[in-house]
Amino acid sequence: MPTRSALRNICPQREGKGAGKPPERPRTQRAFWVIPPVLALVLTFLYPLALLVQQSFTPLEGGTSVQPYVDVFEDPAFREALGTTVWLAVGATVGCLVLGFVLALVIAFVPFPGAKGVARFVDVFLSFPSFLITLALLFVYGTVGMANGLWTDVTGAASGPFQFLTTPWGVLLAEITYFTPFVMRPLLAAFSQLDTAQIEAASSLGAKAPRIVRQVILPEALPALAAGGSLVLIMCLNEFGIVLFTGAKGVTTLPTLVYSKAILESDWTAACVVAVVNVVISVGLYGLYRVVSRRVGA
Amino acid sequence: MSSGIRFDGVSVAYGSATVLDSLDLTVEPGEVMALLGPSGSGKTTALRAVAGFVRPVRGRVFIGDRDVTELPPHRRGIGMVVQQYALFPHLRVADNVAFGMKAQKVAKSEIPGRVSEALEMTGMAAYARRYPRELSGGQQQRVAIARALAIRPGVLLLDEPLSALDAQLRSGMLAELARLHRELPEVSILYVTHDQVEALTLADRIAVMDKARLQDCGTPQELYRSPRTEFTASFVGNANLLPVRVGDGQVRLGEAELKVDTAGVASGVTATLCVRPHLVGLGEGTNALRGTVAEVQWRGATHRLYVDVAGQRVKADVRELRQPPGLGESVALHFAPEDAVLLSAGVAADE
Repeated sequence: MPTRSALRNICPQREGKGAGKPPERPRTQRAFWVIPPVLALVLTFLYPLALLVQQSFTPLEGGTSVQPYVDVFEDPAFREALGTTVWLAVGATVGCLVLGFVLALVIAFVPFPGAKGVARFVDVFLSFPSFLITLALLFVYGTVGMANGLWTDVTGAASGPFQFLTTPWGVLLAEITYFTPFVMRPLLAAFSQLDTAQIEAASSLGAKAPRIVRQVILPEALPALAAGGSLVLIMCLNEFGIVLFTGAKGVTTLPTLVYSKAILESDWTAACVVAVVNVVISVGLYGLYRVVSRRVGA
Repeated sequence: MSSGIRFDGVSVAYGSATVLDSLDLTVEPGEVMALLGPSGSGKTTALRAVAGFVRPVRGRVFIGDRDVTELPPHRRGIGMVVQQYALFPHLRVADNVAFGMKAQKVAKSEIPGRVSEALEMTGMAAYARRYPRELSGGQQQRVAIARALAIRPGVLLLDEPLSALDAQLRSGMLAELARLHRELPEVSILYVTHDQVEALTLADRIAVMDKARLQDCGTPQELYRSPRTEFTASFVGNANLLPVRVGDGQVRLGEAELKVDTAGVASGVTATLCVRPHLVGLGEGTNALRGTVAEVQWRGATHRLYVDVAGQRVKADVRELRQPPGLGESVALHFAPEDAVLLSAGVAADE
C-alpha cells in the first residue's frame, strides 16, 4: 500500500501552486517573438498612416500648419460630403439592422424548406464585391434596366419611373442590399446559441410571438446586433465602390471626395485631411462601439 | 383551477419514425404522474404534446375538459420547468417570475404580490434582485419553479427538472417538490424522469414507457412490488429476472427448486421470476441458489455481488461485508418466497 509520501510522488500537482505546468519561457525570449509582428504592423500600416497625417499638416507652400484643416472645413463641398457620408452610413446601418434582424429571425426560427441553404448563401454573399451588387441593381432599376424596360414596353412611355438609382436613395438601397448579410451573419450565429427552451418556456408562460421576440430573443441578440451594426456603419463610412458604380450625380461622400481631391484635382494635402477626418470618424465610432458593447456585456 | 390531463390515443411521428405510439393515459386533478423510461422512450414527447410544442398525428390531448390539441402553447395555461432551467438571463429573478403574469396581462398592481408569494414558496425571496447567472443550479431551478407556479397553472409539467443537479441538491429539491405539491394539492403534475428514485419518491402513479409506448402504469408500490412486465421489473428497481420452469407451488432454476407463489400460472410453462437484489441474502436459507462469484462491487454501505447461478447472473445487495467473497468463490444466496414475483407477462408456453 503506498504511503502518503509515496502518494506525493505520484500526484505532483499537489506539490504547490504551478506544479505540473510547463516551464515558462524567459521574458527576453518572449519579447523576441513579439518584435516581428510589431515591426510588420509599423511598416505596413502605422508608417503610411503617419505619412498621411504628416502630409495633412503640410500646406502647398510648405512648413507645418493646421491651415489645410481650416481650408477643408470651410469648404462647403467637404461639409456636404461629410453630411452625406454620415446620413448614408447611419441610414444604411439602420436599414441593415432592421432588415437583417427580420431576415435572420425568419431563417433561424421559422421552419421552411431550404432555410439552411439560405443561411449558407448569406455566407457566400459576404464574399461578393460591393460593385457586383450595384451592377445587379443597375440591371434591374437602372435607366435602361429591366424594371424601366418593362414599364416602357407595357405603357409605351419614353422612359420608366424608376430613376432613383442615381440619387442618394439608390446608394442607400445598394448599401442596404450589400451590407445586410454582414448583420445577419453574427445574428444567425447568436440565434444558433440561443437556448430554444427559453422560447418554449416563454410560450408556455403565455407569451405570444411579438413578446418573445421583444423580450427574449432581442436582448440575447443585442451584442450580435451591436457587432454587425458597428461593422456595417464603419464599412458604409468608408464605402467607395457602391457610390462610384451607382453613378449617382451630386452624391459625394468622404471617400469619393478623397478620390476627387487626390486624383482629379491633385490636391494631396486636402485629400489627406479628408482621409484623416474619415479615419478619425471610423476609429471614434469603433471606440464608441467598444464602450457600448462593454456596457451591454457583449 | 383544478384540471387533469388526458391523452386519448396520442401518436407523434417525425416523418416515418413514430416517437409516441397511441398513448392513452389520464392524470387525475391534483395527481402527480411520473413518466418514467429510458432515453427515446417517448416520455418527453408526451410532455411536449401537452405543452403544445409537438403536434400529434393522431389522438387528442385534454387539459381538464378542454381539448387543447389544436391550441398554441401560450393559450394552454400550463407551467413548465425544464432540465436546463431556461431562465431569461437578462432579467432579474423577480422579473423572470413576473414574465408570465405580464404576458397574461395580469393587473399590474397584483404582480409584485404574486411574485413575492411564488418566491417565498420556493425559498428564493432573498434573491429577487439577482440575475440568474448569480445563482447556483439548485437556486435557478427554484426560480424556474416559482416562475411556472406564479401564473397559477392547473397543470405543471416538469421535464427532468433535477437532472442537472448534483446528488445532494437533487435529494433536497425532491423534498421541496413534495412539499410544494402538498401546498398546492389542486395542481396536476406531469413529471418526466429517467430516475426511478425520483419517480418512486414523488409520484402518486408512475407510467412506465419504452419504445414509444406505455408499458405499465400504477402506483409506485404496485410497480415495485408486483411489476407486470420484465421491462418494468428491470427499469424500476433493477430486479433479477430469472427464467424458471413452473411446477406445482414451486419453480425450478437449473437444479434448484424454489418455493414461490405460482398462483395463476399453469404448471409446466417457463416464466420469469423477479427478485429484487436487496431482498437476496448471502448464505444458506430458504430458496438457496448456489453459484460462483463473478464480480464484487463495494458501494459504501453495501456490497453488490454478481453471482453466476445455473447460467444466470444474480445480483445481490448485502450489507457491507467485513470479508467479501473472492472472485470465483462458491457461495450460496437465498430469498424469501414472498419476496419473489412470478411475472405473468413473462410466461411463455413450454416447448
